[in-house]
Amino acid sequence: MRIGVVTFPGSLDDADAARAVRLAGGESVALWHGDADLLGVDAVVLPGGFSYGDYLRCGAISRFAPVMTEVVAWAGRGMPVLGICNGFQILCESHLLPGALIRNDHRKFVCRDQRLRIENNRTPWTWSYAENAEVTIVLKNGEGGFVADEPTLERLEGDGRVVARYLDDNPNGSLHDIAGITNEQGNVVGLMPHPEHAVEGLTGAGTDGLGFFAGLATLAAR
Amino acid sequence: MARYVVDVMPKREILDPQGKAVLGALPRLGYGGVVDVRQGKRFEVEVEGDADDDRLAEVHRMAETLLANPVIEDFTVHEDGPSIESVETTQPRDDS
Repeated sequence: MRIGVVTFPGSLDDADAARAVRLAGGESVALWHGDADLLGVDAVVLPGGFSYGDYLRCGAISRFAPVMTEVVAWAGRGMPVLGICNGFQILCESHLLPGALIRNDHRKFVCRDQRLRIENNRTPWTWSYAENAEVTIVLKNGEGGFVADEPTLERLEGDGRVVARYLDDNPNGSLHDIAGITNEQGNVVGLMPHPEHAVEGLTGAGTDGLGFFAGLATLAAR
Repeated sequence: MARYVVDVMPKREILDPQGKAVLGALPRLGYGGVVDVRQGKRFEVEVEGDADDDRLAEVHRMAETLLANPVIEDFTVHEDGPSIESVETTQPRDDS
């Protein structure tokens, strides 16, 4: 499975995401924000960071990068797309996912190991987890509060589209403790915490994050 | 040259942590009785040619596409008038 990782100006976690793809058994392909070309990859990761300096709003300018035209088109055809942190913000700004992410309610940057429950394991990014698996992965964000209007929240909950939910303390004021969601088709996932930082025992909070990438590697073997 | 102003504000029902921070700072400066502060953004968009309805509609499209996120923000667009300019350049006379 060839998984593309997009680098925007200001991306921070593209190298870690590519490494996570490789550790999970996939082939990582570097994609560039300025190229309207996905180089024939099977899936795409939009990594964390501060693309375009977070100017205007997080993800607002990245949404119009040439590569995003392709990402939006292929996501519509069912290609798996995972947006992590800033990538999640870009997916919301692109309208591939509903809602938006706003500044943490306590106004501080948060950086910690975060417990999550994987509530939807039917997406290509989560199907290596058991349903309702409890995992610990890294969370680091300043604008991670997920908001959406009440009908949207009801739809997300009713259709089982909340992919991951914060356990213990809500770290940023996210409505319904939402840490990650998926689109109607279930191929696009946005996640505020960082699974790519939890793939090796030496440097992270364990290896619970590996499953987000291993699921697609498994697919290739089928 | 025509100039339009786009004012963008977080929707009332959306938490505004920045406004809350300003609200918290004002009493420390001795300003009492402030019950709420909301923080938004103001864009000044200069365009070639004269102001007309087509231009206004175009700036409106810019606002809903890029300048504001309608999921969490409301915006208004108006042509910038000379009165706003003079208000901005008026210096306070009271030197106390």
